[in-house]
Amino acid sequence: MMEIAWIVPLFPLFSFFFLLAVGKKMKETSAYVGILMTLLSFLLSLAVLFDRLGGSTYKAEHVWLTIGSVKLTAGFAVTALNAWMLVVVSLVSFLVHIYSKGYMHGDERFSVFYAYLGLFTFAMLGLVLSPNLLQTYVFWELVGLGSFLLIGFYFYKEEAKAAAKKAFIMTRIGDVGFFIGMILLFWQVGSFAYDDIFRAAEDGTLSQTMVTLTAILIFIGAVGKSGQFPLHTWLPDAMEGPTPVSALIHAATMVAAGVYLVAALFPLYEASETAMLTVAVVGGFTALFAATIGLVQTDIKRVLAYSTVSQLGYMMLALGSGSYVAGIFHLTTHAFFKALLFLAAGSVIHAVHTQDIEKMGGLWRKMPLTGPLFLIGTLAISGVPLFSGFFSKDEILVAAWTHGHVALFWIAVVTAFFTAFYMFRLFFLVFGGEKRHDEKDVHEAPAVMTLPMIVLAVLAVAAGYVHTPWFGTFLGDWLTDGAYAHETAPGWIMAVATAVSLLGIFLAWLMYGKRSLARDWLSSRVPYTYSLLWNKYYIDELYMRTVGYAATAISLLLSYIDRFVVEGIARLIAATVHTSASLGSRMQNGQVQMYGAVTFVGLALLVVILAFTGGYL
Amino acid sequence: MSSVSLSVYLVLALILFCIGLYGALTKRNTVIVLICIELMLNAVNINLVAFAKYGAHPGITGQIFALFTITVAAAEAAVGLAALMALYRNRKTVHIDEIDSLKH
Repeated sequence: MMEIAWIVPLFPLFSFFFLLAVGKKMKETSAYVGILMTLLSFLLSLAVLFDRLGGSTYKAEHVWLTIGSVKLTAGFAVTALNAWMLVVVSLVSFLVHIYSKGYMHGDERFSVFYAYLGLFTFAMLGLVLSPNLLQTYVFWELVGLGSFLLIGFYFYKEEAKAAAKKAFIMTRIGDVGFFIGMILLFWQVGSFAYDDIFRAAEDGTLSQTMVTLTAILIFIGAVGKSGQFPLHTWLPDAMEGPTPVSALIHAATMVAAGVYLVAALFPLYEASETAMLTVAVVGGFTALFAATIGLVQTDIKRVLAYSTVSQLGYMMLALGSGSYVAGIFHLTTHAFFKALLFLAAGSVIHAVHTQDIEKMGGLWRKMPLTGPLFLIGTLAISGVPLFSGFFSKDEILVAAWTHGHVALFWIAVVTAFFTAFYMFRLFFLVFGGEKRHDEKDVHEAPAVMTLPMIVLAVLAVAAGYVHTPWFGTFLGDWLTDGAYAHETAPGWIMAVATAVSLLGIFLAWLMYGKRSLARDWLSSRVPYTYSLLWNKYYIDELYMRTVGYAATAISLLLSYIDRFVVEGIARLIAATVHTSASLGSRMQNGQVQMYGAVTFVGLALLVVILAFTGGYL
Repeated sequence: MSSVSLSVYLVLALILFCIGLYGALTKRNTVIVLICIELMLNAVNINLVAFAKYGAHPGITGQIFALFTITVAAAEAAVGLAALMALYRNRKTVHIDEIDSLKH
């Protein structure tokens, strides 16, 4: 099965081209094409995964380009990580394809939406199959394109247009770092292949400084894609896209590409202490930073977006702490519970036609399926015991602690508290309390939307059990080929993690459930906190005032140079030609005397030239 | 006896030629223009004769040339005046600036 793993991304690619060609005529039946193709992808991915479970890594490469003596190859590799990611990506994509059939029902560009989803799924599956950096980069940019198209899907909305452009430009800033790092590696190693790079990093062909430099440069690319500080601002804005897209791209798969990249290049990072520390610190800081912003936002999707940023920070923290397994484990569980949360949020938005959580409330009874499903997702992300998030978060905390990052460990604990708090704040405001919306006919979403959520809810609980300290660390053993270090973590870590998440839930309940604690209890005591958090630490404004204005000033200067200097020269040349032409045409007036005068002046000039040069011109 | 040097003749010829040229290029009346052209030809004749007498290789050639020039100039004047007559009959004008059909 592993020999034909390369077919996995081709199904959605076919769906993309097919729907582009005939989607207009198929209207809403095009959903079936998309669903069928992703189902095939998922089934084949599953087969590949089972094949890989018992087998070893399979790799196939063909020479793609020959430049001098350098051969660039293209191919695919089925490593443990790749096989795992294939299943996660194709499964979430499949479920989102089903869900979208209900959510996008009645949209004029229904088939275009499915075509874009196909393009994105193709690119993402291609990305996780790539055996070398160059191929990764190609698919990396393709997923960026898919994300851009889908964020800007409602292109008639100004905000969506702006958000699409912002996402494209912000991630591009990171991509420049990735690109430079990739070229540096190629220059030093002479190959893009992961295996060659790891060998070079190991045997010292790459100097220590070069390893650190390239690792950090590539990490900048991951920062852009995974919405880490300081390039995180595009991700919350990306929520302008349709909600299934937010679930698929901006929660479960594409934003995890940055984490995947660091994981795929893990031996390179391991070779540099500094690079690892950078990854851990950026991740830890982002986790806390985004969680605090999430505390006060009132747009249901934005709260989820900031929690995504925060959870991605967790994954980076895990990788930076040296725990490859914890990062991938959290990536997996997060993909399921965050996709579930987004799909449930989409179902809520579908019902009440608003995204403002202040205008929701009292939906628990009105939506008997979405409510409990959302609760499962919330419990999972909050790290309540027995749910998947609990195990993966615990793994990360253990990793941070055992690798001696004490400060980062406590940051992660505080973040876990905030996460539990804002997620339950969201839950109580949306589902609890009194009705605050004007929608009269609130109804549960159709089965086509609830079914994928039910599957995801099962996974949001079950996915945790592939790797637990109690029942066995299957995922860790398999991902590391049995070399998984069973760290003896102090038992109190799990207790602390549970305690803070329960505390967060309790506090949220006091404030938003029971309402015995005033909502402005803190903000009325500590001024400016609320406005600081509400305005997301003024990061957007800061970028506008610095980079934005600087770019505008430079552009203005350049436009003046263009208008007056470049265009001036062009106009001068044009004017010279024009003047001499009009002069010449004025001479040609048919007056024989003018002709005589011109002839005479010409002769005189020739004589003068002759006199000065002596005839030897 | 020859106290007058070559340059004096040349300057005279130059002045005559310039007057002729000026007239030929500025006067409106075609008859005056023809007369001015005669003036320029005569300036050339003075040059030819002066060089025949005072040039580096004095000889008869210059004078013969001058005679030819006078003949050709007479023929030219006859042809020019005839052309002018024909033009006048057609266009009812002898003003050179009104004869500009070369333009198109």
